[in-house]
Amino acid sequence: MINRAQVVGKRHALSLTDPGISFRLIQAVQSILNYVSPIAHNLMEDRRPDPDALLRRAKAEEADQTRGKLKVFFGATAGVGKTYAMLGAAHEQQNDGVDVAIGWVETHGRAETEALLEGLTILPPRPVEHRGTTLREFDLDAALARRPQLILMDELAHTNAPGSRHPKRWQDVKELLKAGINVYTTVNVQHLECLNDVVAQITGVRVSETVPDSVLEQADDVELIDLPPDDLLQRLKDGKVYMPEQAQQALQNFFRKGNLIALRELALRRTAEQVDQQMEVYRRDHAVVRTWPAAETIMVCVNMKPRGPRLVRAARTMATGLHAKWIAVYVQTPRHLCMPQADRDRAHQTLRLAEMLGAETAVLSGANVVQELLTYARMRNVSKIIVGKPVRARWKEVVIGSVVADLVQQSGETDIYVITGEAGESRPLASQALKRNSPWLSYGLGVAGVALSTAVAWLMFPYFSVANLILVYLMGVVLVAIRYGRGPSVLASVLSVAAFDFFFVPPYLSFAVSDIQYLLTFAVMLVVALTISGLAARTKQQAELARHQERRTAVLYALSRDLATHRGTGLLAQLAAKHLREVFDGQVAIFLADADKRVQLQRGELLHFEFDPKESGVAQWVFEHNERAGLGTDTLPGASALYLPLIGSAGSIGVVAVRPSESSRLSDTDQLHLLESLVNQIALAIERTRLSEEAQQAHVRAESERMRNAILSSVSHDLRTPLATITGAASSLLDEGGRLDPAARLELARSVYREADRLDRLLKNLLDMMRIEAGAVQLSKEWHPVDEVVGAALSRLEGRLRDHTFNTAFPADLPLALVDGVLLEQVMINLVENAVKYAPSGSAIDLSASANDREVVVEVADRGPGIPAGEEARIFDKFYRAKPAREGGVGLGLTICRGIIEAHGGRIWAENRRGGGAVFRFAIPLLERQPSVESEQAEPKLA
Amino acid sequence: MSGQEVTVLLIEDEPEIRRFLRATLPAHGFRLYEAVTGKDGLTEAQSRNPDLILLDLGLPDLEGSEVIRQVREWTATPIIVLSARDQEQVKVAALDLGADDYVTKPFGVDELLARMRAALRHAFRSATAVDEPVFSLGDLKVDLGRRQVFVSAKEIHLTPIEYKLLTTLIRYAGKVMTHRQLLKEVWGPLHVEEGHYLRVYMRQLRNKLEKNPAHPRYLVTELGVGYRLKTE
Repeated sequence: MINRAQVVGKRHALSLTDPGISFRLIQAVQSILNYVSPIAHNLMEDRRPDPDALLRRAKAEEADQTRGKLKVFFGATAGVGKTYAMLGAAHEQQNDGVDVAIGWVETHGRAETEALLEGLTILPPRPVEHRGTTLREFDLDAALARRPQLILMDELAHTNAPGSRHPKRWQDVKELLKAGINVYTTVNVQHLECLNDVVAQITGVRVSETVPDSVLEQADDVELIDLPPDDLLQRLKDGKVYMPEQAQQALQNFFRKGNLIALRELALRRTAEQVDQQMEVYRRDHAVVRTWPAAETIMVCVNMKPRGPRLVRAARTMATGLHAKWIAVYVQTPRHLCMPQADRDRAHQTLRLAEMLGAETAVLSGANVVQELLTYARMRNVSKIIVGKPVRARWKEVVIGSVVADLVQQSGETDIYVITGEAGESRPLASQALKRNSPWLSYGLGVAGVALSTAVAWLMFPYFSVANLILVYLMGVVLVAIRYGRGPSVLASVLSVAAFDFFFVPPYLSFAVSDIQYLLTFAVMLVVALTISGLAARTKQQAELARHQERRTAVLYALSRDLATHRGTGLLAQLAAKHLREVFDGQVAIFLADADKRVQLQRGELLHFEFDPKESGVAQWVFEHNERAGLGTDTLPGASALYLPLIGSAGSIGVVAVRPSESSRLSDTDQLHLLESLVNQIALAIERTRLSEEAQQAHVRAESERMRNAILSSVSHDLRTPLATITGAASSLLDEGGRLDPAARLELARSVYREADRLDRLLKNLLDMMRIEAGAVQLSKEWHPVDEVVGAALSRLEGRLRDHTFNTAFPADLPLALVDGVLLEQVMINLVENAVKYAPSGSAIDLSASANDREVVVEVADRGPGIPAGEEARIFDKFYRAKPAREGGVGLGLTICRGIIEAHGGRIWAENRRGGGAVFRFAIPLLERQPSVESEQAEPKLA
Repeated sequence: MSGQEVTVLLIEDEPEIRRFLRATLPAHGFRLYEAVTGKDGLTEAQSRNPDLILLDLGLPDLEGSEVIRQVREWTATPIIVLSARDQEQVKVAALDLGADDYVTKPFGVDELLARMRAALRHAFRSATAVDEPVFSLGDLKVDLGRRQVFVSAKEIHLTPIEYKLLTTLIRYAGKVMTHRQLLKEVWGPLHVEEGHYLRVYMRQLRNKLEKNPAHPRYLVTELGVGYRLKTE
């Protein structure tokens, strides 16, 4: 029953203390809402769907097209025939030609149900070793690989065996849906997260296996499998529900008629809600109406108290009834930093629960809880705030003040709903337990501080007035407050007054007071001591908070500075890993996605990560699902590292894995938040550098495309010119061969021969170039005297050298060089041809070689026009041609030379020659060891 | 050379090359038989028993090396290989298998005729087995009986290996000799891999016999293949 409902203006304060109130509260809120919503409807009649909402819908529909469809067979309790109905539906689908597979089914040995398995494919379960026994579990990967059109997943609330990818089956189902597989599943009403409390109150049995309501809400279809309680009880008696020996016990505990009626009502109501929602969606889609006022936003304030989950569930129910958006907030005050980790974690767990139930969550920080809450509420346009009822004693509220009272007073237009928790069920706060145990030492030291003050005061007593001794005690209290915090300093304050009275106020060594004036002294002393202890303790807290934040800022700053000043994905990954390792003191790995959307472990000297092959799929999973997994999460919690997605502005780009030296480091929420901030920075930096790399590559591609076009036009021109001559000359010979005089015929034949030869050389150059560029040049190195190579080149060029004189200067003791003779000959041929091409007829071309310890240098010098100033390096570029060439080439000869020489580890360069002309030189490195050749004595010739 | 006409078997699948040789060779006193595939070529070689075989290495049915091996099983008829450029290893393999020489496509008629003449001359000489006692080429004169070498009538002193290298090249004058063949003949079968011996001695020989060793007239290098004593 509602005990008390105060309605003060627009402010509603509902305070409910009965056990089992939540359920009734929900009913109460819903009845209010049922009254309010038509009014809101009427007010909003003219409203068209707002564009944002339409966009969201469009996006959701887009996602829907690839997403599988979920159908839930929903029942009040076990035994109503959900599995039976599901199998029946599956048969119908299969008969319609749908590829159906059973992922998991529990028949509980029921004969009728088992009969329905006939004709359906059952996916083999996966054996899981757990503590010596082998459990059988649904094989998610096999199902994803098999890709049936429809998969049956019985018992949605099932908890998977440890070591599975997801702790819960409903998470498996989500993944199946995401993969585009339709799912049929079954669930009982008591397994729904938001009805969990209610069911526990009704039946006295709390179910630990729960399913978030969002799963049911997102279902495309919910089919209620209903069976009147009497029929169900009859079926139980007949042994059709559980195995006979279990039936009696089950009957007594759970299957009481009262329970069954209540559960059935819950199931019916829940289904009705679902239908309502579908109706609403339908109406929205068809734009007949009137969207719900989007302005309605509910905010629920959670704290470290154990009843947080109850508040959250109540808020969710209210939000669903109102079709309102809801936010769960937690205000972190400096005081909270001093609380035990377990308490702080509880607040975050409550927020996680809220998130699971569909809330938006926020962590606010500030010293004044009420102020923070109201500021945030106004910013987010919150219309209703839900808070827990204070459990403090009345006097405490008066003395210390109450958040709820302040909220109510300052909330203005916002409605405040005050909801109680169930006191009996609450687990004691860890902080209370801790205060009784561990800080004993702090209190002891507080007492010791008072003892020390007393000792000092005792020494001063003969020489100073009593007023000065009070200052000594106050000093002690300040020190205790700074060092050990609030509690010990309060103790020290009280003890100081007592000790002062006992030792220094007559009558000495007694608590009795002779002079009544001292009572005032004590009172003032106590107040002053308590005040300064409070101030000092708070100062300390604030200093710690500041230090804490400063460290965080420093870490973030160091990271962002490093990331901003470096380029290159690999380097950034290494730097990021370095920073993460400094903070989390463990192993860090960074995976980046490649073009095929596969994550690749980045390697580098700063990345040390002992990769566990068992976890090889985790990173890929995290990347694909954009969700964290591994240590401390709900997905693959058995993994040794925490895997977080690197989310850039355009989706996931990779994964970070952190394996701290001690796993407790990652259970600290502050550290987790820090990790998230760091990972975000890293993601943005890597994405930025990737984008710039891509831009660079695009530029290079464009450049090489331009180059290819240049090559094509150049090559086609150079090939067509000799072909044109050959075709023309040959056709003349053919058509007019008889009429031409012998000299003309000879001239035509010569030009055919000459041009064919030129064509041959062009082709050879092109082929050589292609091979060099493709890296297909295999050097077959042998020991060669370079003069022999030069000689071979000159022999081969024989016919084209007539116009020039060649001077050669090769020392007889030139060392052997380990080279590919054929390729080096090509270099010489190209250099000599180049010289012949530019040097005027009759001029001399000088070939020479010299050697030192390290290399042998060969040079080809001509008396041609020389190299245009500044072009000395460019002439080796592909398709470069100096202007005054007598005989056109493709501009590849020198490029090929460079390619060959560089393949030998040598260098090639050109410069202008003193006295005119150009000189080309190349150097081939010499090995220290020359091959040995057996020497022989000149044999005296036979006479 | 038997009779007046020298018979040549051309094994080549390219019709244009066959057409061009069909037009050219008879004008130079050769009688030409043609085969398009390796198998036909082998049959033709057996039935016609030609004085010389021109063999393309890129036949559609048989590897050129296979044709050479089968021909060499029963006859020493000179074989000249027609090969594409940049196939030094293939050429060397063909030569080591028993081919007598090679021309690289594209080739001029004069070059092919020179190779054919050298091969035929060598075949004729080994058949008659009469070595002339004095070999002379330009200003180079070698008295094989007295083991004396003259350049422009001036006697040149050669070491035994140099002399052996020179006489080996003279014996196969005009024909290309692979590194392997020369090493085997001069140093013996244990030294066939020591290519640099050959290069060092060849340089010494050139320094002694050639007017311009860096641009040799007689001792010509065919890089990647071997050496040739150029006779024309």
